[in-house]
Amino acid sequence: MTVETKQPYNDEYISRFSSSRNEPEWMKDLRQQALSQSESLEMPKPDKTGIKNWDFDTYVHEAEGSKIDALDKLPASVAALIDADNAPNLYIQRNNSAAYLALDEKWSKQGVIFTDIFTALKQHADLVKRYYMKDAVSADEDRLTALHAALMNGGVFVYVPKNVVVDEPLQTIFWQEDDSVASFNHILIVAEANSSVTYVENSISHNADTATFANVVTEVIAEDNANVSYGAVDNFAAGTTVYAKRRGVAYRDARIDWAIGQMNDGNTISEHITHLVGDNSGSEAKSVVVGRGKQIQNFTTNIIHFGKNSVGNILSHGVMKEQASSVFNGIGKIEHGASKSDATQETRVLMLSQGARGDANPILLIDEDDVVAGHAASVGRVDPLQLYYLMSRGITKHEAERLIIHGFLAPVVNQLPIETVKNQLTQVIEGKVN
Amino acid sequence: MAGSVLEIKDLHVSIEDKEILKGVNLTIKSGEFHAVMGPNGTGKSTLASAIMGHPKYEVTSGSITLDGEDVLEMEVDERARAGLFLAMQYPSEISGVTNSDFLRSSINARREEGDEIPLMKFIKEMDEAMDFLEMDKNMAQRYLNEGFSGGEKKRNEILQLLMMKAEIGILDEIDSGLDIDALKVVAKGINRLRDENFGCLIITHYQRLLNYIEPDFVHVMMQGRVVKSGGSELSKRLEAEGYDWIKQELNIEDETINA
Ligand SMILES: Nc1ncnc2c1ncn2[C@@H]1O[C@H](COP(=O)(O)OP(=O)(O)OP(=O)(O)O)[C@@H](O)[C@H]1O
Ligand SMILES: [Mg+2]
Repeated sequence: MTVETKQPYNDEYISRFSSSRNEPEWMKDLRQQALSQSESLEMPKPDKTGIKNWDFDTYVHEAEGSKIDALDKLPASVAALIDADNAPNLYIQRNNSAAYLALDEKWSKQGVIFTDIFTALKQHADLVKRYYMKDAVSADEDRLTALHAALMNGGVFVYVPKNVVVDEPLQTIFWQEDDSVASFNHILIVAEANSSVTYVENSISHNADTATFANVVTEVIAEDNANVSYGAVDNFAAGTTVYAKRRGVAYRDARIDWAIGQMNDGNTISEHITHLVGDNSGSEAKSVVVGRGKQIQNFTTNIIHFGKNSVGNILSHGVMKEQASSVFNGIGKIEHGASKSDATQETRVLMLSQGARGDANPILLIDEDDVVAGHAASVGRVDPLQLYYLMSRGITKHEAERLIIHGFLAPVVNQLPIETVKNQLTQVIEGKVN
Repeated sequence: MAGSVLEIKDLHVSIEDKEILKGVNLTIKSGEFHAVMGPNGTGKSTLASAIMGHPKYEVTSGSITLDGEDVLEMEVDERARAGLFLAMQYPSEISGVTNSDFLRSSINARREEGDEIPLMKFIKEMDEAMDFLEMDKNMAQRYLNEGFSGGEKKRNEILQLLMMKAEIGILDEIDSGLDIDALKVVAKGINRLRDENFGCLIITHYQRLLNYIEPDFVHVMMQGRVVKSGGSELSKRLEAEGYDWIKQELNIEDETINA
């Protein structure tokens, strides 16, 4: 092992933490086992990005946040994400505390669960146990994931029973109010057969100068013929080192579509994998990134085809400015037996300054003959002919660049189902590229 | 401001150190429609691009002025705001930017800050112009030129021309790739602008466009120069007889810029 971490939270701490939250015994065991595993597991190895000098150890693990009685009392940066007049299904987590929760009765009546992870562990322990770090992510994948399992300190559980179609988005806001508090959030979304759900999440913090760590795991399970549409905007401030792992498992005829705005200002590793297990399953994995300052980021998007006739489509668009540097790994993998599958990907990186760096690595790994696969990748500057065309209509160079950049990032912005979240992402992009 | 004049004097233009235009002289006043014709590769698009300020074309000598203002000193966007409009032979595709957002930005670019066109007024004008050009309303919400057919792109250029209220329009092969119905629609759009406040330079290979848009002047380009000018009878003769008689008359063997 090359990296020596000084993990500040020991077995005793974790045991007490778990007890204080009245967690079921299996959860405490899982935490403790993961902690002991973390000591021998390797750090993750993001392809082409060295993380030896990154700070994964400076953070405060526990911080409460007070309840939110009314949405109009939120600070502007959080309030902007919410359509206060129309937010029937909303969870706000403030530091590690469930501060606000609403779920329209019409959904709870049909058995839909939308609640913070600690309440879920109490009220739906068996259901959580069946899926938590089982089929999607396992705790022993690497040291940081084991640490996540040991120190999980927030998150949300979404469960949609068979045949239930939730036709309004469920919205979550992870508001890291205290600068030093870590986010070990765990998002678990389970859609039973023939169900459908749209989930949208914002993570937000303001710790520009204070170091902390976000180690977030998302698991999405789509049973036969279920449909999950997942949208997220990650917006951790510069002080936060981010390790974000998102994993989906789609069974027969199921779909998982992702639209992710990666707007963090700190060093980030994002690993995003979708397993198309069932025949005729499908996934679109779209993400957009804006990097600035001296940020170093690594994004891996991977769709693995096991089922026949499965369709996977990766789109990653990144804008790099100042000294920011990013590696984009797009991987389409078709396993033997996944005949008639279709794996496509497009990775494009737009460089706005001389000092910025972008690296697009499209990879197709194909172990089956009867398939369709393709990729497009490019790293370049704003097309001077596009600029010329826009400017020839009187639009200033600055405005023309703005239009082109927003257009470049539109595939994710347009897919977010909540207008306020969409507008907020547009504003974040605006702030970052200007 | 009635009465604009675009004046091009002894214009020399190079691309990648190769001289393409070798002394073009041309004056376009509002109210006038000029046609520029000429065989392939004789510098017509180069002229249009140099007027608009295409980044690849370098003006090595000569002048272009609009109402006495030095156009060559202006950035591309300033030229547009001064009243020039170029309908391009190959318009760019811009993903993620809707046609309608682009149009609104373009219109607002020519207006003062704080005096932006009200959204409702804009939509009304755009709907009206699209109806006039017999365009599918969905085109407004599609991304700019992305996946547009050749004819749709041309119509979209004319839509911009109609809505942007330029003083001088330059249309580079606006008729190429158009079916006969689309040609009529595009001609209708251009003729609608015909008044004492609008001047136009129409680059075309075909008389059939000029049958719908009667030019006041016709110019022929060869070897990177305007070699002959006349009235609408000139284009009719070209249609009937081709370019050989001009080449003979002027003793030109190779009409291309390589000569
Ligand atoms: N990038 C370039 N490098 C070298 N030569 C160029 C370049 N671009 C244009 N040219 C040359 O400049 C000449 C004039 O081109 P231009 O496009 O102005 O012709 P045109 O009269 O518009 O022709 P057409 O009727 O075919 O549209 C041509 O010989 C062309 O090959
Ligand atoms: Mg041409």
